[in-house]
Amino acid sequence: MKSITKTLVAALLAVPLLGGTVSAYELTIPTLDYRTGPYAPNGIPFANGYSDYLTMLNERDGGINGAKIKLAPCETAYNTKRGVECYESTKGQGESGALVFQPLSTGITYQLIPKSSVDRIPIFSMGYGRTSAANGKIFPWVFNFPATYWSQATVFVQYIADQEGGMDKLKGKKIALVYHNSAYGKEPIRTLESAAAKFGFELMLLPVDHPGQEQKATWLQVRKERPDWVLMWGWGVMNQVAIKEAASIRFPMNRFIGVWWSGSENDVLPAGDKADGYLSGAFHQPGDNFPAHDDIKKYVYDQGKGKGERDRIGEVLYNRGLVAAMWTSEAIRKAMEIHGTNKIKGVHLRDGFEALDVDEARLTELGLPNFTIPVKISCENHEGPGKVALQQWDAKAKKWSLVSKFYEPLRDITGPLIAADSAQYAKENNVVPRICG
Amino acid sequence: MLFFIEVTLSGLMAGVMYSLVALGFVLIFKASGIFNFAQGVMALFAALTLVGFMDEFGMPVWLAIIGTIAVMIALAWVIERVMLRHLVNQEPIILFMATIGLAYVLEGLGDILWGSDVKVLDIGIPQGAWDWLWDQGIYVEKLELFAAATAAILVIFLAIFFQKTRTGRALRAVADDHQAALSVGISLHTIWVIVWSVSGIVALVAGIMWGSKSGVQFSLSLIALKALPVLILGGFTSVPGAIIGGMIIGVGEKLAEVYLGPFVGGAIENWFAYMLALAFLLFRPQGLFGERIIERV
Repeated sequence: MKSITKTLVAALLAVPLLGGTVSAYELTIPTLDYRTGPYAPNGIPFANGYSDYLTMLNERDGGINGAKIKLAPCETAYNTKRGVECYESTKGQGESGALVFQPLSTGITYQLIPKSSVDRIPIFSMGYGRTSAANGKIFPWVFNFPATYWSQATVFVQYIADQEGGMDKLKGKKIALVYHNSAYGKEPIRTLESAAAKFGFELMLLPVDHPGQEQKATWLQVRKERPDWVLMWGWGVMNQVAIKEAASIRFPMNRFIGVWWSGSENDVLPAGDKADGYLSGAFHQPGDNFPAHDDIKKYVYDQGKGKGERDRIGEVLYNRGLVAAMWTSEAIRKAMEIHGTNKIKGVHLRDGFEALDVDEARLTELGLPNFTIPVKISCENHEGPGKVALQQWDAKAKKWSLVSKFYEPLRDITGPLIAADSAQYAKENNVVPRICG
Repeated sequence: MLFFIEVTLSGLMAGVMYSLVALGFVLIFKASGIFNFAQGVMALFAALTLVGFMDEFGMPVWLAIIGTIAVMIALAWVIERVMLRHLVNQEPIILFMATIGLAYVLEGLGDILWGSDVKVLDIGIPQGAWDWLWDQGIYVEKLELFAAATAAILVIFLAIFFQKTRTGRALRAVADDHQAALSVGISLHTIWVIVWSVSGIVALVAGIMWGSKSGVQFSLSLIALKALPVLILGGFTSVPGAIIGGMIIGVGEKLAEVYLGPFVGGAIENWFAYMLALAFLLFRPQGLFGERIIERV
């Protein structure tokens, strides 16, 4: 009788404990999506990839170390004001509060940078936003790995040099930058100016105003000046029009390189066969032939929980959302490991990001072998590897494929620029650089 | 010199593309005094419907175009029934606000019906540089030449419609004086349905041209911004004004971008178009071809 009573008491005590520790605590992750408005064609696949991967972790693994992920979607329409409203309305949601924000807009990121340090919530502006946020001493709450726009610009210069026969062959060459006339589009200018001064090429700057539906004057100038290469920092309709205009003036597509936000299926399909050979930056593979994609199909789409269309899994921007979710979930795992609990908050997740180390072996375990570059983050370096490759569009097969190695950035160019820009930010905002290590 | 000719020609062609959008505004303003904020979205909605019929229902081009025209006529009827009918005799600003609401409704409806993806629109319009001129050293885009020819046909059609047909004359009567037109038995409601239908068809033409250029996507609705300086310059009530105004704006902004842009950092064509239009307004407040309104107090 005594043992039965003991067992019953133990069982009664265990029920709330189990409930409290295993299933009740949820990891709130807001998703600042833009599924409406002129930029929706780009926002939708990214949002789908991001959500589907995290849903797959819930369905397959029961979340991360027993804590389920709770997505908190909020529509920004790629509008900075609405993005800030989304941040304010979701930052306090759930027991965990918002763990991390992926603003998916350079404009929104700039607005959230000062807020993140007050609210102690990390911002993961993956490959966009403020480049000098790579300096973790000044920007402790912002992470922009795996590479910045500045690193990417130096990679493009190296790729061009490789095609021309060496860095010394850049001298006298003419490179045009066609860019979105916004903070985002202007990001690479300083880097390219430094590179032009160092390697002796001529840089031609051609801004295009939002939205970029009409670019005739820009491309007439390209036709007149005949640059050897054209780089593009575009977004949305600007990309499609630019590729078509370049094709119309018969500019060779294999000498036209877009930033990684100008290299999705949406950007090239309207130009049809004429887009064949167009290049863009990339830090992950395209396609859906990875085990993680199979798991998404099995655990998410077969259960009717997919956010998008099944046959669009693996598109470039879908995979970009997926890789963002993968690094985020790995940072959460790391934060749980560091703090010895699955009840983490944003303040803990920052530690997870700063200790993030996703090497090739881990990528293979995650079902993403050779999908992207190994990433290791530290207190001072929030950019991580900074490596970038180039992908090329095959119009006949209608698919992208990586066509270059992953280049190291030219840190002798980007390093001083990052140091100067972050120091300027620290001065203007009275930020005392923290001491790392 | 060749380059100057090339820039001028391209400006003319681009201007005609703006005119196609501006025409829709003019038609509605002329007949009802409403500045239709939704004109750009109507072009988007028409293009989305056309691509939807072709891609989702596998319709041949000709059938998809007829289907889209039918949809635009039905839309005009619904707009008249649900919106305009209840706003007769309201202030112009009220009608303008209503068209802002209409723009949001149509954009949302297009999204729900056809999705937000970029859609490739290929109805066989030639694209790329015109080879013969290219060999002479001049670049002119075939799509824009086609658009210019289409605009010319459209203007001829509209001129005949307004001048020679009974309905056209009724439209002009309504435009001149609502009350007088009503007193001779012209139905305002029917006229509005007709004019919004014609405007919808013009929106379809604009949507086809712009959609062929950039793919059909939601930013198409922003082409309305390109039509505004054309309207300011050409006048809100003149069909020839929309065409001539478009060409002046097109040439002006391209020359400015190419020859002035490099001295001031570039990307000036958008605001230069408005500057040009405003400069014209200093001399002709009613626009180049607009009707001079004299009000006695």
